[in-house]
Amino acid sequence: MAELNPIQLWRRLLSLPNESRTKTIVIAFLISSVCAVMVTGATVALRPIQAQNRALEQQTRLEALLTEIPGLSQILAASDEMALSTVVVDLRRAEAALDVTPETLPAALANSSNWTELSPQEDIANLGSRANLKQVYLLRGPDDRVELVILPVSGTGYGGPIEAMIAIEADMNTVAGLAVMSHGETPGLGARIDEPAWRTQFAGKQVADETGTVRLSVAQGTATTEYEVDAITGATRTSTAMARMLQFWLGPQGYGPLLDAIRRGEF
Amino acid sequence: MSPWSTLTDPILRQNPVTLQILGICSALAVTTTLAAAATMAAALTVVIVCAAGIISLLRNHLPSSIRLIMQIIIVASLVIVVDQLLQAYFYEMSQRLSVFVSLIATNCVVLGRTESFALHNRPLPAMVDALGNGLGYSLVLVILGSLRELFGRGTLLDVEVLRTVEQGGWFEPLNLMLLAPSAFFLLGGLVWAIRSWRPEQVETSEFGLTRVKEPGP
Repeated sequence: MAELNPIQLWRRLLSLPNESRTKTIVIAFLISSVCAVMVTGATVALRPIQAQNRALEQQTRLEALLTEIPGLSQILAASDEMALSTVVVDLRRAEAALDVTPETLPAALANSSNWTELSPQEDIANLGSRANLKQVYLLRGPDDRVELVILPVSGTGYGGPIEAMIAIEADMNTVAGLAVMSHGETPGLGARIDEPAWRTQFAGKQVADETGTVRLSVAQGTATTEYEVDAITGATRTSTAMARMLQFWLGPQGYGPLLDAIRRGEF
Repeated sequence: MSPWSTLTDPILRQNPVTLQILGICSALAVTTTLAAAATMAAALTVVIVCAAGIISLLRNHLPSSIRLIMQIIIVASLVIVVDQLLQAYFYEMSQRLSVFVSLIATNCVVLGRTESFALHNRPLPAMVDALGNGLGYSLVLVILGSLRELFGRGTLLDVEVLRTVEQGGWFEPLNLMLLAPSAFFLLGGLVWAIRSWRPEQVETSEFGLTRVKEPGP
């Protein structure tokens, strides 16, 4: 029984020559296991704090987007009747989801029946599947009309997922501003989508033309029409991803029906 | 070698960046501001000291056939832990450093010290040596970071030092300083300055021409 005594076994292992196959495998296994525990421990223990940081960051970015929209901060400060409300919308029916609140949204999205698979033709933003429920922000005026809507959009960039918020004015066709919430693009190239100099170009651009086709896009180079913004030099894939992401989400598979409903005053 | 010289040698006489030209990539990438450079330097110093201590403890039982991959696993795990800590407690800074914290794992300074020193020495000297190298690397990063931030933005640690033209002052910021090539120029200048001051650091030319005695008539 002495051979099964762990201390004895451990001593025998250590006394083996370093080049022995058993010792090599056991040492490799032990070091890897300890490292795995260390990494997992750090990730799991720190995740709540990191999630909190990210939520705070999203909040500051949303607030920054609101302050960037010309004239909005005065309107918000001037009247108490106008306030930003958070609404969960159902994209299939283009109306507010009655039974889901922003608090219960994460639970609802865990259910796969609330997602729509996208066919390769539809899936220009490279998402795979689209959530049917989305949390949007509405700013209502004194006469209960929607003055501004802020829509979360997402897509796949060059270095991973990109998440952004686009603000659209009361005519539901003029962009008021764009904020990038998170991205994994190359620092110095694609990461410039986050710089105000590029983002603020979106303010005042038109989303769709008279026929209702979404035209908002990133130009191949310098913008020439009222639907385009300049591309980022050296970041073609990121620029294309941003354009496709906006075209998907503002189009018929995204918020298109919702924007129409708001324009008709049904919201 | 006394512990004191183990600690101070790598700071100037054997500096990993200016003498051994290791860890250049991060020295270029993260030195646009002093705060980023200092955070990166602190992260690297913590990683290199811990890695040297752990590897030195294991040195007698580390099979030499797998020693490199084991060292990389230990260094990479420490880097992930440091990265997670930065993301939790210094979120904004970790966003600015982006991938470069994770790339400490591939920084030659770390593997160079664990492989050449920690594998052959007791834990305490190994950690002292690692600390010295960490400080040597930090010194270069802090010098580059201060110069680039001062001349590129006119600030130091976001405090205004030179009033820029935009703010109604006289200083025209040098945009080149915010781009990676400027770090190359500054680093080259730094290496040149140190080697002029201490000529023993100049490498002997390995493939230079030598004068041969001309055959007589």
